[in-house]
Order: sequence, then C-alpha cells, then structure tokens
Amino acid sequence: MENLINDVLLGLLMITGFAIVRMKSLLGVTMLTSIYSLLSASLFVVLDAVDVALTEAAIGAGIATVLMVATVALTTDEEKVPRHTPLLPLLVVMATGAALIYGTLDMPHHGDPLAPAHRYVADSYLHDSPVEIGVPNVVTSVLASYRGYDTLGEVTVIFTAAAGVLALLGYRTRGRNIEAAGIRKQVVLRVIAKLFFPLILLFALYVQFHGDYGPGGGFQAGVIFATGFILYALAFGLGTAQRLIPSQLLRILAAAGVLIYAAVGLESMLLGGKFLEYRVLADDPIAGQHLGILLIELGVGITVASVMLIIYYGFVSRRH
Amino acid sequence: MDMVLAVLSWSCLLGGAIFLLIGALGVLRFPDFYTRLHAVSVCDTLGAGLVLAGLMLQGGFSLVTVKLLLMFYFMMFTGPTAVHALAQAAMQGKLQAVVDEHEPE
Repeated sequence: MENLINDVLLGLLMITGFAIVRMKSLLGVTMLTSIYSLLSASLFVVLDAVDVALTEAAIGAGIATVLMVATVALTTDEEKVPRHTPLLPLLVVMATGAALIYGTLDMPHHGDPLAPAHRYVADSYLHDSPVEIGVPNVVTSVLASYRGYDTLGEVTVIFTAAAGVLALLGYRTRGRNIEAAGIRKQVVLRVIAKLFFPLILLFALYVQFHGDYGPGGGFQAGVIFATGFILYALAFGLGTAQRLIPSQLLRILAAAGVLIYAAVGLESMLLGGKFLEYRVLADDPIAGQHLGILLIELGVGITVASVMLIIYYGFVSRRH
Repeated sequence: MDMVLAVLSWSCLLGGAIFLLIGALGVLRFPDFYTRLHAVSVCDTLGAGLVLAGLMLQGGFSLVTVKLLLMFYFMMFTGPTAVHALAQAAMQGKLQAVVDEHEPE
C-alpha cells in the first residue's frame, strides 16, 4: 500500500515536471513548481521524514511561490524564445541524466538495512540518544546536539543568504505603503487573513517548542512564522507589515539568532566543557542538554524567520 | 454499534470521493473559468469535508479526531476563500464568462 502511494506521488511528480518544461507562461510554471513542492512534501510524509516535509511545504509551496510571483510581477510573464538550436543543451542534459541514472545503480535499495547510512554512526545515535540526551525526537537530538557544529554552519549560511540578498537588492528602510490595486476592497481576504494570522503564529510557537518531542524545531517554526507575516503583508500591504515588524529590527534579529547559537557554545566552553557541549550547562547532564537544545533551536528559529522576511521585503519593495 | 459506525464512516468516505471525482470532471469538462471554479469549489468543501468526517468516525474520541477537526475547520475557511480570491482576480482581469446566446424557447 505504501509503495503504491509512493508510486502515485512519484508519477505525479514526473507529470508535473514535464508540464513545467512544456508550459510557456511563467506564472503557470510558478504555480506548477508550488504543486511540485507540495507533492514532494507528501512524499516526505510517506517516507516518515515529517520534519523535512514541514519545511518543504512552508518554503517550497509557500514562501518560494510568493517570491517567484513577486519576481514574475517585476519582470515578465512570457518565456523567452531561444534563438539557438536546442540540440547541444539536449545532449548535455541527456548525458548528465544518463550519468545520474548510472550512479543510482550503485545505491542501496529503498529501506536496505545494510545501507551505509544505517551502519556506522546512525546505530549509536538511535541507541545512545535516549540515555545521553533524553529527547524523544531523535532527529532533534542529532541535529541540535550530535551535529551541533553542522547546524551552526547551516544557520550561518542562511544568515549569509540574507546578507547576499540585501547586498544585491538593497533595502528601503522606510517602505512606502505599496498595495496592489483593489486589495483594500477584498474584505473576505482581509478578514480571513486576520483570522488566520494569530493561528499561524501559535502553530509556529507549538512547532518551535514541541520540536524536542515531535516533528519540528527551529527551522520549521522559523519558516512558519515567516509565512504568517507574509500572509499579513499580502493582505494588508507591505507598509503595514513593516510597521508591525520593521526591516531594521529584522536585521538585528537575524544576527541575534546566530549569536544566541554561538553564545550557547561559548557559554559551555566557559563552564569547562567543549564548544556546544550542552551537558555542562546545568547540574544534571540531561537537563543541560535540554536547555542547550531549547536555546539553540530558539536561535535557529529567530534567524530563519527574520531571514525569510528580509528576503521577502527585499523582493517586494522593489516594485514600482 | 461498530457496524453502524463503519457503515457511516465508509459512506462518508465514498461520498467525499464521489464529490472529488465530480469536481475533477467538472474542471475538465466545463467551458470557461467561472464554471470550472464552481466545479472545483465542491472538492474543497464537500469532497474534503466528507472525507475528513469519515476519517473522524474511524478515529473515534482521540487526539487524531481533534487534529482532523482542526483540519476541517481550516479547510472550510481556506477553500472558499481561495475560490473567492480566484474569481475576484478573474473579474478584475476582465475575464468574460462564456454566455449561451440562445434564448430558451
């Protein structure tokens, strides 16, 4: 049964992929990529990777779609007709595809217990995590504690992305109240947005602080927070959203999140442990791990949410 | 009791599936944007709603049912709102509906 669902989802993914290639309207392509993301999110749920699915649904189907629509609105909806013959690109794509398919022949089968990913460290993570870290969600304990250095690197990468977007697009600290013509008249949309805005933020908080026990954590909560504010900005205009959360504040928050993360690492060094060794943060090693994970997840959430909003502000304030 | 619940839940699930099918057929067969929108709005409300109701009957009094109820609540708001927004956007873009010119006799 599970395999059948997998096959159907993969088939739909393939059809969507072909439709994206065939479609000429760029707005249509944007909508199809959104559907593609939603399908992959469902596939991740079937594969029991709910943490990834949450992020994919919020970023791929939500934020990325809004950003692409903003880009299409800035540029044009028409696909450029290529002047050269598509023979060479076709050959390159076919060669790359063939190489990739050849590469999959060496990969272990789906769910193979002897796959390299399931040998080496994974066993000890699954075995030791309840004793050493005591967090029910092993994904969180691997991400935040065992692989704390990697995650710090990832958060820094996200922060750098915001810096890059700011450097390329520039920012307007005092955005004029840009509103699409007629959105003021859309009473239904505004009422529903007002109704859902607090619920989305509440759900983001749940995902943030429930990450130790169930799927979720800083990355997921951050993007859900950002989608809430983007919904608000879509319904009430960029100026209103910037009064609610100004760009200056966002830039400070984006840096503050990374700093919270790094400060937890330094604090554990000051208390006599290694960098990001949360055990020493409290008297009881398990309580220390809990505290450390809570704090760094908070840092991740703050950075991710503010970076997503910085990118959104950057794209949308370019209009007009 | 179990039997009644099972029959109720499966009729809800089947009913939902039928409405989803009708919505999909309508999107494919109807002549213009507005009528297609009319067809697809059935999927979000009656189709998904009945499927969720059927699943709630399967879940009984449990956390799953609470989560399904929340999903039901969200679907009931987001679906019609999305369709409304699409129709408004089409109106603002001055999309003409296909109108049958022949007067009925």
